[in-house]
Amino acid sequence: MDFDFSEEQRLLDETVRRLVKDEYDIVKRKSYIAAPEGFSRKLWARYAELGLLGLPFAESEGGFGGSAVETMIVMESFGRGLVVEPYLAAIVLGAGLVSLAGSAAQKRAILPQVASGKRLLAFAHGERQSRYALADVETTASREGGGWVLDGRKGVVLNGDSADTLIVSARSAGTSRERRGITMFLVDTKAKGVGIRGYPTVDGLRAAEVTLESVRVAGDAVLGEPDGAYPVIEHAVDRALAALCAEAVGIMETLNAVTLDYLKTRKQFGVPIGAFQALQHRMADMVVEHEQAKSMAMLAALSADLTDVAERRRVISAAKVQIGKSGRFVGQQSIQLHGGIGMTEEYLAGHYFKRLTMIEQSFGDTDHHLNRFAEVTLPAG
Amino acid sequence: MQLAYTTEEQAFREEVGSFIRDNLPADVRDKVLNGKTMGREDYLRWHRLLYERGWVAPHWPVEHGGAGWTAVQRHIFEDECAEAGAPPVIPFGTTMCGPVIIRFGNDWQKQYFLPKILSGEHVWCQGFSEPGSGSDLASLRTKAVREGDHYIVDGQKTWTTSAHFADWIFNLVRTDPAAKKQEGISFLLIDMKTPGITVRPIVTMDGSAEINEVFFDNVKVPAKNLVGEENKGWTYAKFLLGNERTGIARVGASKRELKKLKEIASNEREGGRPLAASPRFRDKIAALEVELMALEITNLRMIAAMRGGKGPGPESSILKLKGSDIQQRLAELVMEALGPYAMPFQREAMEAGWNEEPIGPDYAAFAAPHYFNNRKISIYGGSNEIQRNVIAKMMLGL
Repeated sequence: MDFDFSEEQRLLDETVRRLVKDEYDIVKRKSYIAAPEGFSRKLWARYAELGLLGLPFAESEGGFGGSAVETMIVMESFGRGLVVEPYLAAIVLGAGLVSLAGSAAQKRAILPQVASGKRLLAFAHGERQSRYALADVETTASREGGGWVLDGRKGVVLNGDSADTLIVSARSAGTSRERRGITMFLVDTKAKGVGIRGYPTVDGLRAAEVTLESVRVAGDAVLGEPDGAYPVIEHAVDRALAALCAEAVGIMETLNAVTLDYLKTRKQFGVPIGAFQALQHRMADMVVEHEQAKSMAMLAALSADLTDVAERRRVISAAKVQIGKSGRFVGQQSIQLHGGIGMTEEYLAGHYFKRLTMIEQSFGDTDHHLNRFAEVTLPAG
Repeated sequence: MQLAYTTEEQAFREEVGSFIRDNLPADVRDKVLNGKTMGREDYLRWHRLLYERGWVAPHWPVEHGGAGWTAVQRHIFEDECAEAGAPPVIPFGTTMCGPVIIRFGNDWQKQYFLPKILSGEHVWCQGFSEPGSGSDLASLRTKAVREGDHYIVDGQKTWTTSAHFADWIFNLVRTDPAAKKQEGISFLLIDMKTPGITVRPIVTMDGSAEINEVFFDNVKVPAKNLVGEENKGWTYAKFLLGNERTGIARVGASKRELKKLKEIASNEREGGRPLAASPRFRDKIAALEVELMALEITNLRMIAAMRGGKGPGPESSILKLKGSDIQQRLAELVMEALGPYAMPFQREAMEAGWNEEPIGPDYAAFAAPHYFNNRKISIYGGSNEIQRNVIAKMMLGL
C-alpha cells in the first residue's frame, strides 16, 4: 500500500503543474475561451508534444500506455488551473472508447491522429430524455445494405462543435431503456445529415446539440460489438468520472488556497477576517472536505479499470458522491467567505465554483450515484 | 500508487487474524459486539493475552516491550481487532502514560511502572479535566505543594474514565500558582489507594457509569513520582495528546458498526419490506458508507505519510472530526432503524449474564443508549471545535 507516485508519474505531475501555472490564469483563460472553438489550439499542440494526448492508450496503439492514475495527475492539475481544452471529451472519453472498443484498423486510423492533436473526438451519447441513464438511448440505427442509417438527437455533447469525429450511440435493437441493443458509430461531423448547434456552457466550456437525419455510415463505422456497446460505454464513463473527480479535487485545492489567502489579507473590524473563529471553523471544514474528496479521487483512479464491474461501480459512484458533496460545500463556502468580491465575474473564485458545480451535474449527480452505489452495497431484498 | 498490501503485510494480517480467532474469549467478544457493559476483568483478560504475545503496546520502543511494527502493521492490527470484536486495550497506560514515562520519566519510574503497564498489573486512568477546566485545560487548579520529599495534592478531577477500577492516575497538578498558566503545571503519578482520594461515579444519560469524579484531599505523593521536571508538565501533556491521536479515526470499529446497521436494517420491516429497501433509509446508510470509505483512505494516506518515522501531525484532527461524526451517525441510524422499539429502557439487558426474554429484538436494548452515549465522541479528547481550532492554527496558520 502506498500513495506515492512513481518516478515517471512524479515527472508527469511536475510537467503538467508547470505548464498549467505558466499558461493559465483567469485573464489568459478568458482569451482561450474567446477563440472560435472555445479553447487554445496552441496549447492543444503543446499537450500533444508532451505526450498528454496519447497518455491513456497503449504504446502499441500510438499512445503512452498510462493508467487512470496518470489521467488523474493530468486532470488534477487541469482543475487547479481551470483548463478549458477538451481533454475529458476528446481524450478520456473519445480516445478511451476507441481504445476500449475499436478494431485494430480503427485504432490505427484514429489514435495516432488523436495523439498528435490532429483529430478531435467527441462522445455523442446523452439525449433530452435520458438524464444520467446510460442505457436510455432512442436515437435509432437501422441496417441498410452493408451500412447503417442513423436518426435522432443527441444533447449536451461535450465539445461536439469542435470535433472532427463523433462517437454516436444508437439503438440498433431492443426497447428504449434496455442495456442490450446499443451500438456505437464513428460519424464524421461533416457527413450529410449531421447538424451541430454549438454553445458555451455556464462553466466556460463548449457543448453541442447534435441532430442526425438519415445519416448514412458504412459498415466499418461500427465501433465495437453491434448491440453490445453498453458495457464499454459504462466503462468509459466510469473512467471519465474518475477523471472528473480528479479535476474537482484540483479545483477545490485552488479554491481553498485562494480563500485562505483572502482570510489572511482581507481586514474588517481592524483585523484580518481569518481571526474570527466562525470563519476559521468553516475553513477547517473546507480543508477536511478537500482531503476526503482527494482520498476518493485516488481510490477512483485506482479502480477505474477494475475487471470486477460491480466493485468498479461501487467505488466510482462512491467517489462521485463524495466529490459532489465536498465540492458543493467547498464551492459555496469559498464564495461566502470571500463576500462580495466572490460574486464578481472578474474574480477567479466564481469561475472555479461554476466548473465545480457543473462537474456535479456531469455523468450522474450525487443522487444518481448514491443510488448506483446503494444498488451494489444494499441490493433491494 | 497502489492499495494492495505487500505479501508480508498480508501474512501479518493472517497472523493477527488467526491469533484473535484462537484466543479472544467468546464472552468478551459477545460483550464488545453487543455493546454490553465491560468490567476491568473483561479488558484485562484480552490485555494479558496480548501481553503474552508481545502485542499489548506495539508502538513502544522495542527495548521497552514494543513490537517494532510499521505504521501499516499497526493499522492492520487495529483493523483486525476492531472487526473481530476484540476490546480496545485501555489506552491510559499503554498509549498515554507509558510513552510519557519512556520519554520523560526517571529510571525508577521506567523500571517500576513500564512492566506493570504491559502486564496489566496496573490499570491507569487520566487526571486531566477539572470542573472548571475542559477545553481550557491549562487553567486547571488541582494543586500540589512540595513538603520535604512529598507533594501534598488537593483538588478535583472529573470525567475520569475507569477511575472506579484503576490502580494509578497520572495527574496534571499546579505546582506554581504564580507562573503563566501553562508554565506552572506538573505531571504527577498517584497511587489510587493513597488516603485522601475519593472516587464518585458519574452516571451518564444512557444509564452507564464509565466516568467519575476524583477528589484529592490532602493526598501525600512521594516526590519521586514526579515525571520529568517540576512545572514542565504541560509539555508532557501535549506530547501525550499527540500520541492519543493515532487510531483516532476508529475506522475498524465503524466498519463493524456499519455491518451491524445493515443487518438490523435488513431485519426490520417497513410496509412488509426490509427497512434497508426503503429508499430514504437506504440512502442514509449509503451516504454514511461513502463517508467511511473516504475516511478509510484518508486514514491510510496519513499512515503512509508516517512511514518515514514522522509522528501524526495536526492532520489527525481531520480524522477525529470525520471519525467522530461517522461513529455518531452510525449510532443514530441504528436507533432510527429500531422505530418504536428504541423506546423500552432495558438497563439490565446491557449487563452480562442477563438472559430474560428481551422486549423487542435482541439488539433493541442497546440502540438508544449507544446513541446517547456516543454524543461524547465529539466532546472528549479535544472537542470537535478544538479540533477545528487546531486545523485553523497549526495547518492553516490562521
